[in-house]
Amino acid sequence: MKFLNLIAVTVSALMVATVATAGSITVVSWGGAYTKSQVEAYHKPWAKKTGNTVVSEDYSGGLAEVKAQVESGNVTWDVVDVELSDALQGCDEGILEVIDPSTLPAAPDGTPATDDFMDGALQECAVGNIVWSTIYAYDKTKFDTAPTTMADFFDVEKFPGKRGMRKLGKAMLEMALMGDGVPASEVYDLLNTPAGVDRAFAKLDTIKDHVVWWEAGAQPPQLLADGEVTMTIVWNGRIFNAIAAEGQPFGLVWDGQVYDLDLFVIPKGSKNREAALDFIRFSTDTKRLADQASWINYGPVRNSSIPMIGTYHSDSSINMVDHMPTTEAALKNALQNDFMFWADNGEELNERFNAWLAK
Amino acid sequence: MLASQNNSNNEVLTNDGIPLKKKLSKSLFKSRLRAFGLVTPLLLLISLGFVFPILVFLTRGVYNDTFEKYMINLTPILAEWDGKTEPTEEMFEALVLDLVALKKSKNIGKVASRMNRELSGSRSLFTSSARKAKNLESPFKESLIQVKKKWGNLDTWRAMKVTSNSLTPVFLASALDMKYTADGTIVQKPEERRIHIKLFVRTLEISLIVVIAGLILGYPVAFLLASLPIRISNLLLILVLLPFWTSLLVRTTAWIAMLQGQGVLNDMFVVFGIATDEDRFTLIYNKAGTLISMTHILLPFMILPIYSVMKTIPPSYVRAAKSMGATSWTAFWRIYFPQTIPGIGAGAILVFILAISFYITPALIGGQDGTMISNFIDYHMRKSLNWSLAAAMGGVLLVIVLFLYWIYDRVVGIDNMKLG
Repeated sequence: MKFLNLIAVTVSALMVATVATAGSITVVSWGGAYTKSQVEAYHKPWAKKTGNTVVSEDYSGGLAEVKAQVESGNVTWDVVDVELSDALQGCDEGILEVIDPSTLPAAPDGTPATDDFMDGALQECAVGNIVWSTIYAYDKTKFDTAPTTMADFFDVEKFPGKRGMRKLGKAMLEMALMGDGVPASEVYDLLNTPAGVDRAFAKLDTIKDHVVWWEAGAQPPQLLADGEVTMTIVWNGRIFNAIAAEGQPFGLVWDGQVYDLDLFVIPKGSKNREAALDFIRFSTDTKRLADQASWINYGPVRNSSIPMIGTYHSDSSINMVDHMPTTEAALKNALQNDFMFWADNGEELNERFNAWLAK
Repeated sequence: MLASQNNSNNEVLTNDGIPLKKKLSKSLFKSRLRAFGLVTPLLLLISLGFVFPILVFLTRGVYNDTFEKYMINLTPILAEWDGKTEPTEEMFEALVLDLVALKKSKNIGKVASRMNRELSGSRSLFTSSARKAKNLESPFKESLIQVKKKWGNLDTWRAMKVTSNSLTPVFLASALDMKYTADGTIVQKPEERRIHIKLFVRTLEISLIVVIAGLILGYPVAFLLASLPIRISNLLLILVLLPFWTSLLVRTTAWIAMLQGQGVLNDMFVVFGIATDEDRFTLIYNKAGTLISMTHILLPFMILPIYSVMKTIPPSYVRAAKSMGATSWTAFWRIYFPQTIPGIGAGAILVFILAISFYITPALIGGQDGTMISNFIDYHMRKSLNWSLAAAMGGVLLVIVLFLYWIYDRVVGIDNMKLG
């Protein structure tokens, strides 16, 4: 009898243990100020509501880790914050779980989620959370007249100093064309022709000797702060954080911005699929998306969130709506990243970009 | 005893009448077996944990069955197609069948990615056609071309034919900046897309410079260590070993602080008037940075083997040479130096092989012209997800290293190497 008791105790202890671990999920995002905004707006309230814990991990984008985990059958990530192109590619390759959008909570006024999210934010395997943008920022102390256009970024005569750029073809080629005077609306038509690609590389050639290349999103504000560069391509949330939270003397230029979506996905075979789904449903509801916007100026993808956007969490004089990539002024000459173009031509263009870099 | 010596074959027999040779080999076999038993765990570990995975991964460089595995209807027909005539209705029908099945099984992305590597733009061709494939009706040729004009291009079909061969040289060719075409020829890629050869050459060049710089810097240090009184040389040895014990990442980051535009070195240059504040030296994020830090990081691997060989050379040799009238230089060059060559050989080959596969340091401070081939292997592993190309590039690198090792053996002789 004693022996049986022992078994019963052990079994129940094991069951408790599995329940406890099922209540912990791993959420992977891009680190820095962005992850902090998610921890404050999503992780903490969700953990409080459900009693589960959230383990936050950083990565620098791409599907490689997800692919490796799914193929080896050892999936340790439960929710991953990815770019639109990766969400689509991962879904096509069958390494992401399908997410039914009808299970997402409706807007406070009753609009179903499928109508509330902006175009492209709901995909077969992904639920959008923010609009983010690639822009350029400059050190105010280094220039007498402030740069205002994309062309100014490429003008090292008028605005001397090193430039920081992302070590990737995506968005850099588009910006090169806009810097060469091509209006945003014609950029992808032109990039689809060999002559357009040549023109973009020719424009990049003009500043190649002045460029410091970065790879992780946290690098460019640091490069500016260290005085390594006077202007840098940067993600808009990162530079806003440096200005608002750290009081750095940086300015930013919306002209020629390339904006994109970030979405939540679940790697196929996640051991905590239900908890992960619950986390995504919770995080992408109207209030949570609006909350996040008070920590970083990435735009919420739900239309119903926009009127609820408040002020910056530590400074109530900063009205966050004015700093979103989706304001009218910011969208004047703006480009939405064409994920189809990059899905098709990314390999060839990145190969050429790398060869160009190594030249 | 007599009987044994009178054996008809004149063989030496033992007491119990078995030939001595046999008996000896039997007892030797036992001890060999015991010795083998002792190394078995290590042998198993190496073959299962090292040799086997490497071989498996290297095969990816010449074998990729994504297309064959998923395009089950089209692959056999493509094998018979000559690659020149118009694709037939039968081929289109097989294609549509496969697309429908792949859409259902959610594997279309795998084939689309694989095809896109062969022919840029085929990813959307495959994924969007697969979405519509279910509703297509015969004749499939017309209806498919109506969905996407590209299906009418002979090039699309040729690319599919190349991809349908699982055992393929395309990745090896690509690793060497070439392209394998449908008619079996290999042509060079357009100039603006050639990059790997350049990187292989640069990798060899950087490794070679690091070896030479290490030799020039390390030899005198090793000599000092070997010739100074033990009390001082032990102290010096610690100075050599201290960085050797420090993590590679820490040392690389330290070099960033030293070399960057606003870093320690540049600040000193400005103070001493070598550079102006506006026009500081670019010592990092380029080849110079990679060379400086790699030389420093690999220096102990050069010093230690040379030092341990120098320790074994009796000082009396040089004294004897001098007593017979040799100048200091002659005594060093003719007597001392030749005896240190085994140490130089060991140090050089150690540093070279470590340098050729260096990865973290060039990744962090290589910038654009200081990156090496390993950084691109990493790029294809983690970013572009082209594992087959990464495997092919790794294979080429392995062949280069083995070839250089063979040359080294012919010229210097591997038995000449001495680690102590």
